[in-house]
Amino acid sequence: MPSTSTLIKRCAMAAIVVASTAFAAGGDASGPAPSFTLTTLAGQSSGLSAYKGQVVMVNFWATWCGPCQQEMPLLDQMYKKYKPAGFTLIGVNVDKETPPVKQLLERKPVSFPVLLDPANQVSKAYHVDEMPSSVIIDRKGQIRYVHRGYKPGDENDYQDRIRQLIRE
Amino acid sequence: MIAALLLIRSTSADVLPDNRADVFYSKYSGGGMDITGYSATARAKITENFALEANYFVDKVSGASVDVLSQASVIKDERKQKSGTIEYLHDKTTYTASYMSSVERDYISETASFSLSQDMFGDLTTVTLGFANTHNTVGDNGGTANKPDVAWVGHALTRAYSGGVSQIITKNFIAGVNLQVITDAGYLANPYREIRYLDPTKPIGYTLANQVYPDTHTSTAVQVQGKYYLPYRAAVTVLYRYYNDTWGVRGNTYEIDYTHPIRNRWIFEGRVRYYKQTAATFYSDLFPFAGSQNFTARDQNLAALDNTTIGAKVTYAFLPEGWKFFKRGTVTLDASRIRFNYLDFRDIKDFSVASVPPFGPGAEPLYQFNANVFQVFVSMYF
Amino acid sequence: MRCRQMLMSGAVLGALLLSSACSIQPWVKPYERDRLADPIMAWDRDAISSAYLDHIRESREGSRGATGGAGGGCGCN
Repeated sequence: MPSTSTLIKRCAMAAIVVASTAFAAGGDASGPAPSFTLTTLAGQSSGLSAYKGQVVMVNFWATWCGPCQQEMPLLDQMYKKYKPAGFTLIGVNVDKETPPVKQLLERKPVSFPVLLDPANQVSKAYHVDEMPSSVIIDRKGQIRYVHRGYKPGDENDYQDRIRQLIRE
Repeated sequence: MIAALLLIRSTSADVLPDNRADVFYSKYSGGGMDITGYSATARAKITENFALEANYFVDKVSGASVDVLSQASVIKDERKQKSGTIEYLHDKTTYTASYMSSVERDYISETASFSLSQDMFGDLTTVTLGFANTHNTVGDNGGTANKPDVAWVGHALTRAYSGGVSQIITKNFIAGVNLQVITDAGYLANPYREIRYLDPTKPIGYTLANQVYPDTHTSTAVQVQGKYYLPYRAAVTVLYRYYNDTWGVRGNTYEIDYTHPIRNRWIFEGRVRYYKQTAATFYSDLFPFAGSQNFTARDQNLAALDNTTIGAKVTYAFLPEGWKFFKRGTVTLDASRIRFNYLDFRDIKDFSVASVPPFGPGAEPLYQFNANVFQVFVSMYF
Repeated sequence: MRCRQMLMSGAVLGALLLSSACSIQPWVKPYERDRLADPIMAWDRDAISSAYLDHIRESREGSRGATGGAGGGCGCN
């Protein structure tokens, strides 16, 4: 059992870490990106392993989330722009039901792959604590950056990070 | 008359609400009064963090209220209210500042209010704090509706302090508690209402006199509410409010609401509300003699009463997916019927002194009446 | 001596409550807020209508205050 002062120091450090991550919209993160396999709307199986060696951005979104809808067209533009350079964007949808997702994508289609996570297993594995969340993974499969929420202008942030990782 | 509207604003401090414009019509008829209201509201985000809202409201009153004893003349009055609000969102905090002014021939009310709303604990908890300051100028129209003659009789200052916590309990259930303490000082009576005291020298059996109110008033209200999502897609809301003040009025409000949507087009809502209050300590329908108490009131709002409301609301989205730059367009109809029941306020119809009324003073029937409230509004989201 | 020990225990308790290693985590995750984000779960869908009903009640009753609600929604930012 550590001494009282050591315990206080450890708890205070933990509190500072928690507080800083709680308030940051984006932060450098670390660790290997958990692999996953999900189905597309068409029923095909796909996952993170299909994009090995590329810079991948995993975007967690839902049909009921306003800011998610706002950033979709911008994510689409970004995907088309950087795809030739070895970048992929995977949209992981967290809706419990599929029909609203289908309806939304029929009205506002996107060109990047959309995978369905109705059981929220992938959201749990990636510790999603804000909607939307974007996780940027490097060519080696390591998580390099987590962006929580979306405000207009954040797409510039995404692009800076992506360009940096593409150059590596 | 009425304290300024001090709603704890409905916000969720994650994003500012959508842009919206509403055109509104309302009609209240009951107790001999007819009040028609027209309003226009617009709110828009200037940036992602800043929003402005403006509202203009006109009320037209006509009719003779049962408690205006001195004159049997018909009241015709118009009230104009305008308000402006600024909302600022920073991270998880929303700051709101607003100003409202309400002007009628014999009553001017101005309110400045400020509130802040903070999301915390993974956005499961929202804490709100607010403060509002109101200044009222009270007048007495000694003339008629067409030839007014207003004498300004006093001022009143109201301060309202509010706090609220809203907590997400489960994926389907959100609960909240609000507390509001309001203090007023100054001229707090309605100048048109009068008391009566027993007077055997008069054929009618009583004499009218002016009310005498205390010049301070403090009230506390606590409301608890919960909203539950039913699995087939509907919501049920239950609320209870307890009110208590330094004038001896204690009120209990119970309300239950049910909301039932049909896909993306229709929302049906039904509500039942029951309210019961005790009378103010200085209230009496009939005082025994002149000067029997320091403070005297016969304002029906301070009587022991209860009321029951049944309401229904229908919203139809005529533009469910929007059109051009409009994201959505809806039209709403809301109708309520309120039954008012007074336990110690009597219905005095005959003001004339010459004839002998059928009932002796204090034996008149207790007052009861029904009111119908109707609202229709069109809302455009953009 | 006892006072100092009590203060230390109080400080430890406070720090423990603040740190993530020993506190309660939000139990409804942001990706589980679909129902709460539904417009029917808003406390007040039409503020102008509720303000009007409150105004009528305040003109006819002796009570006032504590109405309204905040919070809920999608929790997105």
